[in-house]
Amino acid sequence: MNKLKIILNGIITENPTFVLLLGMCPTLGTTSSALNGMSMGLATMFVLMCSNVAISLIKDFIPDKVRIPAFVVVIAAFVTVLQLCMQAYLPELYKSLGLFIPLIVVNCIILGRAEAFAAKNNPFDSLLDGIGIGLGFTLSLTLLGATRELLGTGRIFDITIFPESYGALAFVLAPGAFIALGLLIALFNKLKTR
Amino acid sequence: MLTYISIFITAVFVNNIILSQFLGICPFLGVSKKIDSAIGMGAAVTFVMLISTIVTYLLQEYLLTPFNLGYMQTIVFILVIAALVQMLEIILKKVSPTLYQALGVFLPLITTNCTILGVAILVIQKDYSLVESAVYAISTSIGFTLALTIFAGIREQLSLNETPKAMQGIPIALITAGLLAMAFMGFSGVKIC
Repeated sequence: MNKLKIILNGIITENPTFVLLLGMCPTLGTTSSALNGMSMGLATMFVLMCSNVAISLIKDFIPDKVRIPAFVVVIAAFVTVLQLCMQAYLPELYKSLGLFIPLIVVNCIILGRAEAFAAKNNPFDSLLDGIGIGLGFTLSLTLLGATRELLGTGRIFDITIFPESYGALAFVLAPGAFIALGLLIALFNKLKTR
Repeated sequence: MLTYISIFITAVFVNNIILSQFLGICPFLGVSKKIDSAIGMGAAVTFVMLISTIVTYLLQEYLLTPFNLGYMQTIVFILVIAALVQMLEIILKKVSPTLYQALGVFLPLITTNCTILGVAILVIQKDYSLVESAVYAISTSIGFTLALTIFAGIREQLSLNETPKAMQGIPIALITAGLLAMAFMGFSGVKIC
């Protein structure tokens, strides 16, 4: 029961995008379609899970003073692993996400969870926290990506919902990212107060 | 000379780092409540970005590429940037206390600012020369400062107005940023050969 709570915490109570407002750059930059948003979310989730477990395992050996640099090195190592794997097996996706894959290193969600959760809990709970927060991030990115894709091109995951000529292209471009995210957060706030 | 001007115009207006490339959103939303702090943040970013881009460029050119260590790029760059920011903080404190007072509070925030790492990687991807990289770094940070300052000005006015409860704070700020991005999209037709 308690374990389930850790996962749900990441998806709802501490949703990284809509509640904590962390990791805004990839949230806005990679959600031009639902598929891109979901892939970015899953990539981040992979790094988050690995780094959470690794940091939780080594937390007792690291002197407090060099904590943050050590965490950053661990995270950067896993990002490099991800980069190499994606280049080898998913070159097209790697190209479309572009700069945002190496920039997972500076995504504040990952360092934030390392500091706030993994450095204080056991490896298994840290893994669950990684899954929870990762899922929360993936779901919000997919939602934002789907919203933008639907309003911009009339499709979700490339399935046509309404004809493309009714779409407003601006939602696929930069301004739409800001506006769609703003509206979604407002909606989230409204639902929360109810 | 024309290439430098072209890099400048493109980085400041056409491909503005915040409004069209979505880098550095955290300081964009976090430090944009007052014009003064927006300008301070912009100056600190300019300073760090120029130095870090030159250092990482030289490292890539003379260490990573000759020894075939390209895959170490992400780790090396982030460590160099983090160390550099720390060093700058210490040096500034000793050499110029006035500058330190102006930029000091913003320096620690900059390590996790993705524009710095982003630009360091971008100049390598774009195959720029050292001078071009330096010009690109300066122009990008000017673009950053410009967007941040305009946005702070708008938010200062915005805070005086009434907004629906669910929209207060970040949501209305994001929608404002969207409109600002739309205005900057007007520059996308500008082409310099």
